[in-house]
Amino acid sequence: MRSRLALWIPLALFAFFAGLAAYMLTQPKQQFVESTMIGQPLPAFALDPAFSGLPGAAKADFTGKPKLLNIWASWCLPCIAEAPQLEALQAQGVEIIGIALRDRPEDVANFLGKYGNPYRRIGSDKISEVQLAIGSSGVPETFVIDAKGVIRYQHIGDIRAGDVPLLLEELEKAQ
Amino acid sequence: MIAEIGLAALWLAAALAVLQMVSGAASLRAAQGEINPLAIYARPAAIVQAFLAVLAFVTLLYSFAVTDLSLKLVASNSHSMKPMLYKLTGTWGNHEGSMLLWVGVLAASGGLLAGFEKRLPERTMGATLAVQGFVALGFYAFLLFASNPFERLPVPAPEGNGLNPLLQDIGLAIHPPTLYAGYVGLSVAFSLAMGALMTREVNPAFARVMRPWVLGAWVLLTLGITAGSYWAYYELGWGGWWFWDPVENASLMPWLAATALMHSVSVLAARDALRTWTIMLGVLAFSMSMLGTFLVRSGVLTSVHAFAVDPERGAFILGLLGLYIGGAFTIFALRAGAVAEGKRFAVVSREGALVFNNVMLSAILAIVLLGTLYPLLTEAFDVRVSVGPPYFNPAGAIFAVPMLLVMAVGPLLRWKSDKPARLQFELALIAALVIGVIALVCFFGQFPLLPLLGLGLAAALAVAAFLPLKGRNLRRVPVATWGMVIAHFGIAVSLFGMACEGAFSQERLAAVAPGGTEQIGDFAFTLQSVTPVAGPNWTALEAQIAVSQNGGEPVILTPQARNFWSPPQSTSESALLTKWNGQLYAVIGNQAEDGRWQIRVWWKPFVTFIWYGGILIALGGVLAIAGRVRVDVKRRSAASKGAQRRADLEALGAADPVPAE
Amino acid sequence: MIRWVLALALSVLALPLGAQDSMPPAPYAYNQLDDPRLEAEASALMHTLRCLKCQSQSIADSDAPMAGDMRHQVRSRILAGESPEQIRIWLIARYGDYVSYEPEVSSTTWPLFAIPVLVILIVAGVLLRRLGKRRSDDDEGAAA
Repeated sequence: MRSRLALWIPLALFAFFAGLAAYMLTQPKQQFVESTMIGQPLPAFALDPAFSGLPGAAKADFTGKPKLLNIWASWCLPCIAEAPQLEALQAQGVEIIGIALRDRPEDVANFLGKYGNPYRRIGSDKISEVQLAIGSSGVPETFVIDAKGVIRYQHIGDIRAGDVPLLLEELEKAQ
Repeated sequence: MIAEIGLAALWLAAALAVLQMVSGAASLRAAQGEINPLAIYARPAAIVQAFLAVLAFVTLLYSFAVTDLSLKLVASNSHSMKPMLYKLTGTWGNHEGSMLLWVGVLAASGGLLAGFEKRLPERTMGATLAVQGFVALGFYAFLLFASNPFERLPVPAPEGNGLNPLLQDIGLAIHPPTLYAGYVGLSVAFSLAMGALMTREVNPAFARVMRPWVLGAWVLLTLGITAGSYWAYYELGWGGWWFWDPVENASLMPWLAATALMHSVSVLAARDALRTWTIMLGVLAFSMSMLGTFLVRSGVLTSVHAFAVDPERGAFILGLLGLYIGGAFTIFALRAGAVAEGKRFAVVSREGALVFNNVMLSAILAIVLLGTLYPLLTEAFDVRVSVGPPYFNPAGAIFAVPMLLVMAVGPLLRWKSDKPARLQFELALIAALVIGVIALVCFFGQFPLLPLLGLGLAAALAVAAFLPLKGRNLRRVPVATWGMVIAHFGIAVSLFGMACEGAFSQERLAAVAPGGTEQIGDFAFTLQSVTPVAGPNWTALEAQIAVSQNGGEPVILTPQARNFWSPPQSTSESALLTKWNGQLYAVIGNQAEDGRWQIRVWWKPFVTFIWYGGILIALGGVLAIAGRVRVDVKRRSAASKGAQRRADLEALGAADPVPAE
Repeated sequence: MIRWVLALALSVLALPLGAQDSMPPAPYAYNQLDDPRLEAEASALMHTLRCLKCQSQSIADSDAPMAGDMRHQVRSRILAGESPEQIRIWLIARYGDYVSYEPEVSSTTWPLFAIPVLVILIVAGVLLRRLGKRRSDDDEGAAA
């Protein structure tokens, strides 16, 4: 005869699954893919200006003090929502370098005219090469880059009013 | 009003499920040979319940047909401008409606079981119906408390939101109902297994009762998966036919379990062996169906095919899972030890081969289950991983290849004990085919290992499938044996299609200006024009692509890029040119700024064999059912004739009644 | 259950019309490499990389713009002489194991490989037990 203990294995496996599933149901579903480049130096890049009004962006621009790298696009609706927050950050002396994703110069100019321009520079990333290189997977996303050009923090999604102090704190930490 | 009738029918059905459960359980308490007065209600309750549940579904169908926008479900999933077919199929194109279909099939299976199954001992039947009622009750509760399809809106909506355009396809009419019928048909196998276990009636007679249910559910599952694969293939627009997506795996797992169960129940029926194993698989098959329901509807896993998900519903289904699967495994653990092991057999025997294949199928099931649930496990530790084709294909093949080899030989073996020496010729033939075909294909080019193995195995299996007929009078071969031959041949055909698709597919992506010509394989295709066209609830850009093979007469293919306005979504409708030896698959993409159009074309040799094979497999299952039913009917009429004759003889006062059987 | 296509319900293929850029795709998003051998390498790799904006699809099966840009990266890097494994490692360094459908043995994925080995052992054990000792204790004799 087979051992009686073996007959309990299916139940044990099921109980393990049920426990895991029950636990996962209580957890918020992870929506975003986080970059694994935090703590790594920014990959080298040099992007052309996104429109005629501001210079383009390159890795070399991230020197002197911690700055924000904001990935956005004129066709992205949450980017409209975060525009006032970026302006608030800029008003507090934060230097924001933008990367416009798959965008056209006229659309960029139009967007900035409508929703304000918090950027010091905007590079045009027509084929998401910088986005992929820094491990970003959507728009908008905001990275804190320290004075040595190391990626210190990633904010996924639009910046809400409540996120502004958080980002200021991260910039402070990156000093 | 109509919707309220549906809701009332659902409540009544739930009440009858309680009666069925109590009455069925009462039959267990009856003394030997007596009938508990309560027990007589189980069968009628199951039958009336089936009518009520089906009625509830029909009322929902009606509400969708007339686009009753005062129903929340209709308003959020349908639209008055949709073609009638998609209004009807849209009934199950959403969570609540599909769950009602699920429950309707569950009740209908229970009703059929109660109405037609007379062979089982009353106590076993009672226990079976009690379990069936218990399962149904949980799902009625889920519908009524957590997913009411008949919920009214306070104010009727002016217009519906429409159905996801990807679902506005004939595929929705075929794939979900078939698949559901298959999943839920397995509930009968589950209930029978539990009933037999509780009343200690695990024997060949029980297996013969279970077999048609398993076969029927398995046929429907096979067809459902085949249809779903083909639907995904032409609708998604990239030519893929299986993605190892969690939802696809959720449909594959019950099929694997049902395939194993079907073979094991045959051994039990024919040879009275594999008793515990059959019970285990009976429980496992329906457990996998319920697990699939949970995975798809709770949103714990990410899938292309998921429903709008809701963790609260997930928790409800998980509770039901705990009750049914947990309960069944507990009873199994307590009772299965008492089930005698059954008849013994030698390694080299038909049973031996079937055990081997059952174990392999179970191992594949374990791999698929592991790969599907593993991301869930790591996410509990905040690590996200992806498990996809590069994992499932080789890991599955480790078990599938030996299984297919044994499958080629198994049907040639005798029951109980056989000698390999008897099959020298067949074994040599099979080995020669596998090695020969692989060598031949290698001679022509370099191909990945798995398709190569697939081609060799397909050739060997195609021949081996017919070897059981060797030396037999074909007209005398039982229908069920034909069923086995055809189903095994279908596996070979399907495998051949998969291997060819994997090894020989050609892809051509090109930006083509109107008038431009490109080449793929033997085919030249010319983009003649791109014109706007309109449908009932969409507009589209339609490309006219003239395809000619080796300079022959051109055929026009018309892939479309469709824009639906409610809901506002775009889809690409592929155009297919089907030849006997493969399919040309064309899709139109966007227009570039220079005026050229993105065209994607694939030539997929013998890809259609994947689905032809699926249909053959299902056909084999149908023949097996037909054969069994015929034998059964003959046996019953012979038995009743015999009884009649005995009675006549006794009436005549004859001295010696002759047994007629 | 319904899955599959009932399902297909979703997103990715049927992208909402809003919130989409109108830019032309990257050069190698929808164009193949001229060298069939390199294209085959790229294609095999693309089928094993996950589209990060989609619900469980490879970048070879998706119309999402980001999948197109990832295909461009794959093809242009292959063209520049990188091996498929180098590209996979490059992407994993940015997005973690999530981006690759081909799990590598690591501290987080070892059970995916250990359990199949365990399954093989169990299978061997079950087969040996059920089949192995039959001949000796076949109580019904060998008359057949």
